[in-house]
Amino acid sequence: MNRRTLVTVLLVLGVVALSAVPLLLDGGSSEFAGADSQATEAIEETGYTPWFESVFSPSSGEVESGLFALQAAIGGAVLGYVVGRLRGRRAAAAPTPAPPENA
Amino acid sequence: MHIAEGFLPPLHAVGWTVAAAPFVVHGARAVVKEVRERPENTLLLGAAGAFTFVLSAIKLPSVTGSSSHPTGTGAGAVLFRPPVMAVLGTVVLLFQALLLAHGGLTTLGANAFAFAVVGPWAGYAAFRLTRSLGGGLLPGVFVALLVADLATYLTTSVQLALAFPDAESGLTGALVKFLGVFAVTQVPLAIGEGLLGVLLFRVLTTNARPELERLGLLRPTVEPIQEEVR
Repeated sequence: MNRRTLVTVLLVLGVVALSAVPLLLDGGSSEFAGADSQATEAIEETGYTPWFESVFSPSSGEVESGLFALQAAIGGAVLGYVVGRLRGRRAAAAPTPAPPENA
Repeated sequence: MHIAEGFLPPLHAVGWTVAAAPFVVHGARAVVKEVRERPENTLLLGAAGAFTFVLSAIKLPSVTGSSSHPTGTGAGAVLFRPPVMAVLGTVVLLFQALLLAHGGLTTLGANAFAFAVVGPWAGYAAFRLTRSLGGGLLPGVFVALLVADLATYLTTSVQLALAFPDAESGLTGALVKFLGVFAVTQVPLAIGEGLLGVLLFRVLTTNARPELERLGLLRPTVEPIQEEVR
């Protein structure tokens, strides 16, 4: 494994560990509720009632997580497309540097 | 950092919308200008938008026993300067407000101010500072994403404290309360986001070198004398 690959692997492991370690250390005592909803609860404790409802709410937790997955998928697809094109371009232009683009 | 729909008093909702609007309008002009004058950067612009789209959709567990999501706005701020992110970030928030009931239309202004204005600007400032102190591109990117993430949640805490000061301890007490919800939870996520940004820019420095040179992020390499002229 060359040095560059090693650094990549370590970076990925670092990202995974930052989420995995809290889950492992916790041992199932926390619910890992969203910070956003905790803030909402804290506001409701002050006696405040929201004055406007969402125009559309996902009808169940499943639908909601599906839509979140959709958001991540769209982003991931676009990001993958861009990186793929850039890589392909570099591979194609390997013998000569990228052509000057004077629009 | 998403303040839920209807969870800001009308006066605050209007105030933050008015505060965020000029940044978004100015940013829209910046996006149009970027695409028109440098169409070759459109791919990277898409990547910047996609990056924040993915990261803000993923809720991750944190050390506090609650979970939150990164923002990903620092990457685009480094690439295209913060105004562009005011638009891309607001588009993400609008998507989430309309389809996911996450955030809201009445709180869009406040959320945009935290996520799409303060975050990118703070990240960009941290990036410039790191670079001027002699830090490399990748350390700069790490700091930019980390700071953009934390600054966003800090802003949300301030916004909520301003709207809901504590009955006894006032503004400070409320700020401590909301920071307690957001700040500590966010630290590991912000570090993770910084690492992801480094991964992204490692890919870009290899594969999008001409773009990064044109954007002034990498020094142009002296072209090697070509062995074969076509």
